[in-house]
Amino acid sequence: MNEPIRFHFDVDGENFSSAGEASVTVKKRLRQLGYPPDVIRKVSVAMYEGEINMVIHAHGGEADIEVGKSEIVIILRDKGPGIANVDLAMQEGYSTARDNIRALGFGAGMGLPNMKKYTDSMHIDTEVGVGTTITMKVLL
Amino acid sequence: MTLTELIDALSLHVVCPPSSPEREVRNVYVGDLLSRAMSRLQADDLWITIMTNTNVVAVAELTDVAAVLLAEDVALLPDAVHAAQDNGIAVLSSEKSAFELCRDMAHILKANA
Ligand SMILES: Nc1ncnc2c1ncn2[C@@H]1O[C@H](COP(=O)(O)OP(=O)(O)OP(=O)(O)O)[C@@H](O)[C@H]1O
Ligand SMILES: [Mg+2]
Repeated sequence: MNEPIRFHFDVDGENFSSAGEASVTVKKRLRQLGYPPDVIRKVSVAMYEGEINMVIHAHGGEADIEVGKSEIVIILRDKGPGIANVDLAMQEGYSTARDNIRALGFGAGMGLPNMKKYTDSMHIDTEVGVGTTITMKVLL
Repeated sequence: MTLTELIDALSLHVVCPPSSPEREVRNVYVGDLLSRAMSRLQADDLWITIMTNTNVVAVAELTDVAAVLLAEDVALLPDAVHAAQDNGIAVLSSEKSAFELCRDMAHILKANA
């Protein structure tokens, strides 16, 4: 396996009920490819949280996953409102989710902390009014 | 304890049948906040919740839980039922509260030990 395997998804910002589909698809493919459970778990948690954030906070976006020899790179791009204070957003329990979103089970303020915890590196590039790009790596 | 034994011992309703009824349940997690559940749930857990939307199915799928157990007789939404069937996620339900389910489970696990 020399060529990296790439996945691309357009993540719909309107549809809360199909949220998580891209993550579930990637998880199934990684399992078929025979990656170990701990790697699959890390990628699943990190990508799911990022995918959901694009849906609930940024009207959707795009996800690109690159499975290389030594690492899996997850890039999530959106043209949403951006994150004004990244340090605050990274704190456990901080959430701006509205009540209708909380009623679905979101809004614990644990998504970004989970993404950090379950990946080997995470970089947030964000600008208010422009959008957010999050790059995460899981080492193999 | 296998899913079949669990369903029997706690008189659970089967909303979506398990694809492997003999799968062993290893541990129990109770919670409704999805990003906490996402980080705490382990493969082969029984996840007790009162959340009923499709996101429950996505989290169950991603974490490889043995089954989702809906407490207090809440009903899985139709979208979520379809998603669970498509993905082979076992969904069970009971009129008991999460506490009562955990209490009963603890009794059974103790008796089987
Ligand atoms: N892609 C994004 N675009 C704009 N804001 C974001 C984005 N991702 C996160 N945020 C902001 O950061 C906050 C914290 O995100 P985090 O994922 O930790 O919690 P949450 O999504 O509110 O709740 P949870 O993930 O626990 O369901 C969000 O409430 C939101 O204000
Ligand atoms: Mg989140």
